[in-house]
Amino acid sequence: MTAPARAAGRPSTTYVEAIREGILEEMERDPRVFVLGEDIGVYGGAFRVTEGFLARFGEERVLDTPLSETAIVGAAVGAAMMGMRPVAEMQFADFFSCSFDMITNFAAKSRYRTGVGVPLVVRGPSGGGVHGGPFHSQNPEAYFAHTPGLKIVQPATAADAKGLIKAAIRDDDPVLFFEHKFLYRRVRDVLPEGDHVVPIGKAALRRRGRDLTILTYGAMVWTALDAAATLESEGIDAEVVDLRTLLPLDEEAILESVGRTNRALVLHEATRTGGIGAEIAAVLAERCFDSLDAPVLRVTAPDTPVPFSPPLEEFFLPDVEKVCRAARTLAGY
Amino acid sequence: MADPTREQRIAVYRHMRTTRLVEEKLVHLYRQGKIVGGLYRCLGQEATAVGSAFALSKGDILGPLIRNLGSVLVMGFTPRDVFAQHMGKASAPSGGKDGNLHLGTPEQGVVSAISMLGALVPVMAGIALAARMQRRPIVAMTYIGDGGTSTGPFHEGMNFAGVERLPLVVVAENNGWAYSTPFRKQTAARSLADRATAYGVPADSVDGNDVLAVYEACRRAVDRARRGEGPTLVEAKTYRMKGHAEHDNQEYVPKQELEAWIRRDPIEAFARALLESGLATRQDLAAIDREASVLVERDADLADKSPFPAPERALEGVYAVASETPSEVAAGRAAS
Repeated sequence: MTAPARAAGRPSTTYVEAIREGILEEMERDPRVFVLGEDIGVYGGAFRVTEGFLARFGEERVLDTPLSETAIVGAAVGAAMMGMRPVAEMQFADFFSCSFDMITNFAAKSRYRTGVGVPLVVRGPSGGGVHGGPFHSQNPEAYFAHTPGLKIVQPATAADAKGLIKAAIRDDDPVLFFEHKFLYRRVRDVLPEGDHVVPIGKAALRRRGRDLTILTYGAMVWTALDAAATLESEGIDAEVVDLRTLLPLDEEAILESVGRTNRALVLHEATRTGGIGAEIAAVLAERCFDSLDAPVLRVTAPDTPVPFSPPLEEFFLPDVEKVCRAARTLAGY
Repeated sequence: MADPTREQRIAVYRHMRTTRLVEEKLVHLYRQGKIVGGLYRCLGQEATAVGSAFALSKGDILGPLIRNLGSVLVMGFTPRDVFAQHMGKASAPSGGKDGNLHLGTPEQGVVSAISMLGALVPVMAGIALAARMQRRPIVAMTYIGDGGTSTGPFHEGMNFAGVERLPLVVVAENNGWAYSTPFRKQTAARSLADRATAYGVPADSVDGNDVLAVYEACRRAVDRARRGEGPTLVEAKTYRMKGHAEHDNQEYVPKQELEAWIRRDPIEAFARALLESGLATRQDLAAIDREASVLVERDADLADKSPFPAPERALEGVYAVASETPSEVAAGRAAS
């Protein structure tokens, strides 16, 4: 994985610390913001995202809950309807499914049915690469991307992790915030000073290139950048677009990039069928067919559960070599 | 009102009677094909709905289910709202976006249910949690049927409310049937009140067809919640006099059982009590019935004559910022 650039002078912050900083700043700025979840108070969260919050904000705003995802998100929905700004932690993104109704049927449909907004954030660690097995490694974003009313965000950098969690908390609609756990302590940034908010719905250009566009998000942004470096030595100039928000997709950024490079490779760690990549491929087919010099290719995990044993998981996950192979195919058109 | 005044008792009677008349009108409209979708009735359960909602005070928030027409009327929605909602009209509280009794906002004192039963319990716990954080001395109340108590969300919501000692009252309406499934197939527990024990939540069990008994039990629970002493489950034993919805002829229900409950009609029982106690005369009640009937006919007519929503409104209101609604982008693209 590419180590992100470090600016001299000010200390850099990890992705997980950046999320913590973002939530903390929002809690200081807005008394309506509170956090709830399993083991987030006394313990500081399974991944330490809320470490020190209990001492700072007290147990009313840092609520340790029963092991009860439906109660956590359900209570967050009710509180949000009352004008609070709850930030609910799911200990792993795999457990978002335990509160599926609360997210997809209560939170997502409330504004449409009754005009009552549900400004809540449900956040948690997703993704593989840490040998967590079938139930601690999933990327469940596509389950939720099919739900109008939700927004879905997944940062790839520490700066975005902070800026997007702040934007998510300020958003008037329900936001699912997927944190890639592989990145928690592996990427860092010197965070921008001041009130750093990254708008939801805007992709970021991570590397400019002429020959093809890799459209990706989360930890795969770094895989794409590593692949681009390899491809450069072979004379293939790849552009990398970090989607950052998966619902709604930044279609204009996607079209702008692919309109220039004329070749598109969609890369995600989630499994293939019905994934975000399929939606992007459809958008490209509908909106920039005339610009395409090659079919849209997908590099994704295969349609299997996430396997546990290291050789199995390494085989399962997309990597630099798989991305390079697909890029060479595209460049050959 | 530990001991309701005459005026309050008359108001309770008026709401129960209005509930019955609205429902009869809904059935009429359903047969005329003017009701969109199914019609879920509450015949025989009016006392549970009205008695419980009457136990609330201004500012309290209620989460009603589809058989709580009476509660919705007590909370201030009009028969016209209810008719428009069932007809899918633009003037409906949901603007035609949702049907039946899925209506209301916390500001109006009502949280709109979703059809996934049990889901309101954790959400109403969150309403109570937020109110406590906001230092608002209000109580949240919601309902669950005998079927709904078998769901995970019911369990999770009750458990959370118990742990947090939230100001929540859950009225468990035991009407004997969840669609075609009888109580004995729903739980091995003897009563719904027994379920509360598992959450460390006190429970009360009342005759759900006795409106004052429902009111008094709910009032005790509401007072307890407001004092900061935590949630209560109030089991109201009543009976679903009709099928799950109008299409269902409830042939699975034993006739004798149904006949026994017909003799226990909650509105007739309360009318008798008012007459016997001398608080009302037959003429008084007849006048109330007439007024309610006029109101119901007028409101049904107003709703019937009001327009359907403009079709393109289907795209509105998904997100706070209209331009963020992806479907609008898609529609714009298709049109261009």
